[in-house]
Amino acid sequence: MHDHSDHSHMTDTEARVRALETVLTEKGYIDPAAVDAIIQTYETEIGPRNGAHVVAKAWSDPAFRAWLEQDATAAIHSLGYASRQGEHMQAVFNGPGQHHLVVCTLCSCYPWSVLGLPPVWYKSPPFRSRAVIDPRGVLADFGLTLPEDTAITVHDSTAEMRYLVIPERPEGTDSWSEEQLATLVNRDSMIGTALADAP
Amino acid sequence: MTDPDHPFEEPWQAQAFALTVHLHDQGHFTWNEWAGALSTQIHSGTDRTYYGHWLSALEALIAAKGISTADQLAHTAQAWKQAAARTPHGQPITLSNDAKTP
Repeated sequence: MHDHSDHSHMTDTEARVRALETVLTEKGYIDPAAVDAIIQTYETEIGPRNGAHVVAKAWSDPAFRAWLEQDATAAIHSLGYASRQGEHMQAVFNGPGQHHLVVCTLCSCYPWSVLGLPPVWYKSPPFRSRAVIDPRGVLADFGLTLPEDTAITVHDSTAEMRYLVIPERPEGTDSWSEEQLATLVNRDSMIGTALADAP
Repeated sequence: MTDPDHPFEEPWQAQAFALTVHLHDQGHFTWNEWAGALSTQIHSGTDRTYYGHWLSALEALIAAKGISTADQLAHTAQAWKQAAARTPHGQPITLSNDAKTP
């Protein structure tokens, strides 16, 4: 039912966002060009590829891995991925018998600098509430069934602390370069709802 | 499942996101304050989409910080809707000066 085909339509929500831009620009709180640049950056430059770079380097460079274990914020920053909200990063390492899963039960804190913006399911109430109570069931919903004796540790992100899961390096990749390895690191494997891809 | 390379479903979501990041960059609030504002909306019991909560949180934080008021934002949003309604399709929508902020 469209009764205004001759004229432009703006939803209430769109009008509210326009109003924010108008008021903030007039009062000098924002620079519209800077706002556009932020959108551009998040849509094109920041994304899971950054995290894949971190993981692939951790797999191929023991010194970097050790640094990541000790001070993930600095190690990740050294690759050029600075967290602009000033939060700390912690890397958690999957290994035999140990799997990590990241969630934010409070809202949806997420390591934007290395993973881009969170997927829709990460922000959904069912994922946020169930991941803590029934992580094995949540992983099964993602098609990931872990051995019974694998421990699952759930990490609850906060505004100050974000987690990056370092998945296990896939078998059969001994001779692979860091660049090749990075192609196996999918986004979900760095949240803990998947494993790294098989070569 | 959304395309990870296109995190926003609609342009207004990207705008609301970027406004928040920009205001934080300029030091108008801490990220902790923002997380608190967003969490308040998410746990308010109001049924909205994630970015619907995000937008409400941004409006509330801007009012709480004295940057603007709920009235001013509502009035300006109304002016935008009126401007859209009188703008022929395909033309850029602009606010006339008298319809701007009170």
